[in-house]
Amino acid sequence: MTTNTIAEVKNPILSLKDLSIAYDKNYAVKNVSVEIKKNTVTAIMGPSGCGKSTLLRALNRMHELYENITTEGEALLNGKNIYEMPAIKLRRHMGMVFQRPNPFPTMSIYDNVIAGYKLNGIRTKKQERDEIVERSLRDVALWDEVKDSLFKKGTFLSGGQQQRLCIARALAFSPEVILMDEPTSALDPIATSKIEDLLVKLKEHYTIVLVTHNMSQAARISDYSLFMYLGELVEYGKTKNMFTNPIDPRTEEYLTGKFG
Amino acid sequence: MESIHTLKSQDHSSGRLLKDKLVLGGVIVLSLITISPIILIIGKLVVEGYRQISLDFLIKNTPDTFEAMTAVANGELIPGGIANGIVGTLLMVVLASVLAIPIGVLTGIYLYENQGSLMANLTRNISDILQGVPSIVLGLISYLWVVKHITMGFSALAGSVSLSIMMLPMIVRSTEETLKMIPESLKEAALALGVPYHKVILRVLIPTGFSGLLTGILLGISRILGETAPLMLTALGSSMINLDMTKPTSAIPLLIWEFYNDPNMIGLIWSSSLLLMAMILILNLVSKQIAAKRR
Amino acid sequence: MNSDKVTKGVLFSVSILILLLAAGMLYSLVGGSVPSFKAFGWQFIISGEWDPTYGREKYGALPFIVGTLITSFAALLISLPLSFSTSLFLGEYFRGTRVARILGILVDLLAGIPSIVYGLWGFYVLRPLMIDLGFGGQGFGIFTASLILAIMIIPYATSLSNEIISMVPNDLKEAAYSLGATRLEVITTVTIPAARSGIVAGYILSFGRALGETMAVTMLIGNTNQVPGSLFDTGNTMASVIANQFGEADGLKLSSLIAIGLLLFLMTGVINAIGKLIIKKMN
Repeated sequence: MTTNTIAEVKNPILSLKDLSIAYDKNYAVKNVSVEIKKNTVTAIMGPSGCGKSTLLRALNRMHELYENITTEGEALLNGKNIYEMPAIKLRRHMGMVFQRPNPFPTMSIYDNVIAGYKLNGIRTKKQERDEIVERSLRDVALWDEVKDSLFKKGTFLSGGQQQRLCIARALAFSPEVILMDEPTSALDPIATSKIEDLLVKLKEHYTIVLVTHNMSQAARISDYSLFMYLGELVEYGKTKNMFTNPIDPRTEEYLTGKFG
Repeated sequence: MESIHTLKSQDHSSGRLLKDKLVLGGVIVLSLITISPIILIIGKLVVEGYRQISLDFLIKNTPDTFEAMTAVANGELIPGGIANGIVGTLLMVVLASVLAIPIGVLTGIYLYENQGSLMANLTRNISDILQGVPSIVLGLISYLWVVKHITMGFSALAGSVSLSIMMLPMIVRSTEETLKMIPESLKEAALALGVPYHKVILRVLIPTGFSGLLTGILLGISRILGETAPLMLTALGSSMINLDMTKPTSAIPLLIWEFYNDPNMIGLIWSSSLLLMAMILILNLVSKQIAAKRR
Repeated sequence: MNSDKVTKGVLFSVSILILLLAAGMLYSLVGGSVPSFKAFGWQFIISGEWDPTYGREKYGALPFIVGTLITSFAALLISLPLSFSTSLFLGEYFRGTRVARILGILVDLLAGIPSIVYGLWGFYVLRPLMIDLGFGGQGFGIFTASLILAIMIIPYATSLSNEIISMVPNDLKEAAYSLGATRLEVITTVTIPAARSGIVAGYILSFGRALGETMAVTMLIGNTNQVPGSLFDTGNTMASVIANQFGEADGLKLSSLIAIGLLLFLMTGVINAIGKLIIKKMN
């Protein structure tokens, strides 16, 4: 049973009802219902294998790329059912950042940032493209570092810079929601803290859903937290409350390090 | 931000999804076209060839052209068989293997043991290039070396030499690759016990990698079974079974070529080809099985 | 240990054999071609005459060089869409499925069919088809030969491209999908660029194979020793003229055939070396 310590969210940007996801009939996510508030950082945490990445990837329908994964239940983005539109349209509203930085190796930094437009066949003028690239790179605090090498391939950048490039690529499209799957777990502490600062800044314009296996990260930067265990949503609420006053015993055990 | 919204409102989704589906359809169609020849060819071989296959076919020699002509005129199956071809093929395959396997395996071991060395890299590159030499050129070489200078005439040995040069690079490569997959620790454990190097090779490396080596050898054999061109310049052919490697000998592909060129013997081409294909297929299947068991 | 030294020595000497083999091959081919080059000089490569009449023998390799190059290029062009689609089928669209496994086995089988069997099928099935389609004459010619060559080289390019394509990292493709790309768009903007050099290398290698094919070509090309004027003319290739004219060839004629063999050896050597170089650069 889910412990929900938030009052009803008005106009949630994301609303999940009884969302279940199975790999070949083995349920990795069971009956998750939750509402995500706009312009917040919401962390999904839990021990390995609890289903947090699976849940995240359902939000932009990534599971459809693989044959043996089935999804049941309802997910609404701004009130619209995400399954009642073409996946390629849905993904314009959701950006995704992956665990390992993955800029497209055959494209320059510039082309990486603008990739979303190119892929969607959106016709842009050069000036519009330049503006978008600059804005996105400024938003992730990368502009000054790369402005003189925009047309070089991104592979010479450090891990942290590459990840910020991937965030810029996701931002360029101005999605409403940015989904992040353990975005800093492959980075060193300095790069991690730079990105954490970035995320706090970004929530002004975006809604961020962040999967993390690092509960102190969740404590540092998230407004709301979801705690998952064995595929179930055990508890969710304001991060501060959850950490100081967890209600479900499983939540408390996780947060005090009894398992993880 | 404003311009982004207008840009984002450009929605070409339906066109893009249509293109996506069309290309997928095209890929499927072209892929089916690609595999159609194999089905058609094997089908043709089976349909036209199975009638002729019998025990006689396997153990009798080729008929002469008059016998064939009479049989065809009477609407009968051509008598005789391709025993001379089968024996010739087997003889040359065995000889080629005897030449290629030791050299190939030992070279593969050398490459495995000397991964970075200039000499090893050179040898590996030359071996790879050798693999691309057309079989007819190998036939020329074998003609110049064996027919002209060793057996003083067309011979099974000459044929085997050309076939063995074909097999050699394949065995070198598969040996090296197989050995590379054996954990270092196994070799080190043996050496640490004071086992001399040649025993490590014979008693540890080769037995452990045996299935991989075998796969490479079987694939090499299946490759040379069907070769015709080099044999035309070296083994020449024979109407009798021949076990003397210094004399000309027949082979299944050579017989197919002879039948093709003789209007009376045309009826035999499909069954001979069927037999040849069956041999190749079985070898391929067997080596795939061995490779699969390894995993 | 002494026995170790001996073992190492044995291994070393055996591998030298391969180098000696290659060197020996080159030496013999060059040696055998000398009489021909002495008689005709560089004219040999650009001359189109092939006259074995005793007393005024004159040989030139041009028709065969042209025939080889045209058939191989044509085969490459014809096979390209087919093998490219198949490698996309196997490496991207249906990767890992049972259908792909079966199709993969069938494609491998294409590589296992001997040249002479292709030639028979080409002669008895393709050639009448060509005649029916009105391609003139007896159905022999450059085009028919190129067609059968195309089928023969498909598996080589396909298996290499397929391997390279399936090695494109998943997360790159997922990144493109997450930006809203369709499958086709992911293929064209991520998969193919990442696999580009491997795909090209595969085609270069299959071109190299086409250059040396003998039996199937000789049974379908018409065997006329002339430079072909059109795609539907008959002609000849280097490999097939050697096979055809070898019987009882000696003296100048034999030397000319060996010279053609040398040219073929060099051509395929260079092409294969280029292909392998590209693959090496990729890794």
